Amino acid sequence: MAAISSDNRGLRLVMRYTVLTLIAIIFVFPLVFMVMSSFKPDLQLLRDTSSIRAFLPVGDISLNNYFDAFDRAPVGLFVFNSVLVTGLTVLFSLFLCSMAAFSFAFLEWKGRNILLSIVIATLIVPFETIAIPLLLMVSKLPWIGFEGFSVGWLNTYRVQIIPWIADGLTIFLFVQYFKDLPRDLIEASRVEGASWWQIYTKVVMPLSGPVLATAAILKFLVMYNQYLWPLIVVQEETYRPVMVGLGYFFQLNTAWGEIMAYLTIITVPVLAFYLVLQRAFIASIASTGVKG
Amino acid sequence: MAQVKLRDIRKSYGKVEVIKGVDIDVDDGEFVVFVGPSGCGKSTLLRMIAGLEDITAGTLEIDGIRMNDLEPSKRGIAMVFQSYAIFPHMTVRENVAFGLTINKAGKAEKAEKVAEAARILQMEHLLDRRPSELSGGQRQRVAIGRAIVRDPKVFLFDEPLSNLDAALRMDMRMEIGKLHQDLGASMIYVTHDQVEAMTLADKIVVLKDGMVMQAGAPMELYHEPDNLFVAGFLGSPSMNFLEVTVDAVNADNVTVHNTALDPIDVPHKGRSFTVGQTATLGIRPQYLHPSDQASGKLHGKVILTERLGSETVIDVSLAEGAKLIAALAEDTILAPGTAAHFEFDPNQAHIFPETR
Repeated sequence: MAAISSDNRGLRLVMRYTVLTLIAIIFVFPLVFMVMSSFKPDLQLLRDTSSIRAFLPVGDISLNNYFDAFDRAPVGLFVFNSVLVTGLTVLFSLFLCSMAAFSFAFLEWKGRNILLSIVIATLIVPFETIAIPLLLMVSKLPWIGFEGFSVGWLNTYRVQIIPWIADGLTIFLFVQYFKDLPRDLIEASRVEGASWWQIYTKVVMPLSGPVLATAAILKFLVMYNQYLWPLIVVQEETYRPVMVGLGYFFQLNTAWGEIMAYLTIITVPVLAFYLVLQRAFIASIASTGVKG
Repeated sequence: MAQVKLRDIRKSYGKVEVIKGVDIDVDDGEFVVFVGPSGCGKSTLLRMIAGLEDITAGTLEIDGIRMNDLEPSKRGIAMVFQSYAIFPHMTVRENVAFGLTINKAGKAEKAEKVAEAARILQMEHLLDRRPSELSGGQRQRVAIGRAIVRDPKVFLFDEPLSNLDAALRMDMRMEIGKLHQDLGASMIYVTHDQVEAMTLADKIVVLKDGMVMQAGAPMELYHEPDNLFVAGFLGSPSMNFLEVTVDAVNADNVTVHNTALDPIDVPHKGRSFTVGQTATLGIRPQYLHPSDQASGKLHGKVILTERLGSETVIDVSLAEGAKLIAALAEDTILAPGTAAHFEFDPNQAHIFPETR
């Protein structure tokens, strides 16, 4: 009996790992294809797509595509712009959305539930529907900066950052997480004499690692992949982010090798960011799954 | 140390009134226990004293100062929660010192007070651990330590032992009792466990449906319950209640009987009865003694005998279908199915005009 059941378990384990490996390969292959192709000249790259060679570093391998990509477009500037815009948006978003959620979750005020419903309802509004009104709005907004007073936010960093800081999904994530925190902790802090600000900074935020990671990664992906909004509000190269920069490689003749090199470069920040927060991200997904 | 005074305290959620006019006095250094079944409002009442729930009407005074609208931290109270409510991201030391840190106490003062609390609770060796490395009892100790360093006028305990296992609960119960002796502070303690109430309290307040049923010293409530609810709530096994008919009333006694009970005179303690009415006779299982048919006053048949070691609990069915429990000496054995007769001292019985 024992032998049979252990055989069964072994077999099941093998099957499970086979399936998981297959899924992993399916997900990894496009990335492998991208990286391998970035080392190949266009002709070979196109020829290799018909065989397994597309995924292997074979043939005429060089870094020429990378040099050419940097020649064709200010790749460093685009990556810098995207990392700056994304980083600042993520930071501001974590701070402001968690504060809004703190209020929704812990403070008592009139109209709280209705306002929370409205905030959550904004999740179903696609960005395309508000893009034009938002464009008209930001084009007329005033600003006081180092250069003095100005009107219109077009061709700036702030136009790519500020409209994206607060969003329903991030607030909703924080609210849900905060509501699962033991209420006694908050009440104990109040009895101890902590102000709401102290409860936020000393109790709630230190316990919010998982949701901070989740919200940060989701926001990062949205911001790093921005295309439509920067395309319409940024015409100057100085403020252009990576996804809009991709357009440089489709002008005149499409250089596939350079595109792959460019894509490889702009993927690095995403992977780095994910790897840093991976553990907390998985922990948060696991905890939301287990909690009943 | 302080006096706490509750006057006609009420609490409503919308139209539902959960606390219906409560008057309670807690004297300097007194240990008061709020006890009652689930939903009786005892925790709500404690949270109102703490300032975690608004007071709908009435007055709460601590040391003669009205506290109704003050923040929890301004009331001079410290609270120990059922879930311990210690912060998982801080060490024990940081947890205990949390209130001091918040109030920007000096380093020396902090160290001194934490050391003092740790000494009282014998947890010096735990100070640098995290809550996840502590057992339930140790966590509760941390929560109590956090209360001690605040040096409060009044300690509030909200069912602090109900998350602990039975053995640990007894240890911690004794420790809390000892803590009260050592600190001499006023304490208000909420529990649904009558054993905790009886052992710890200077004064027990029995609550039901948001009203005080009776307040007084533990043995006073045990021996002289004001009403059926208090009589049935305190004591284990709980008091036997028999429906009886009143035959005669005189200055001190009423004479009652029923089919299983021979007529007896029971002191009515000032409660008013009319001849012919149905009343309830209460007698604690411990006060029933087996006897023969002639001298026995209560007659029934043994259903079940449970030997608990220290005592033997007998389930008896009475003639009119009621059930009776008798707690007898450890070596008493009555075989199931046999007739049982009991005698008791009528002065130890209680007669209530209401029926259940």
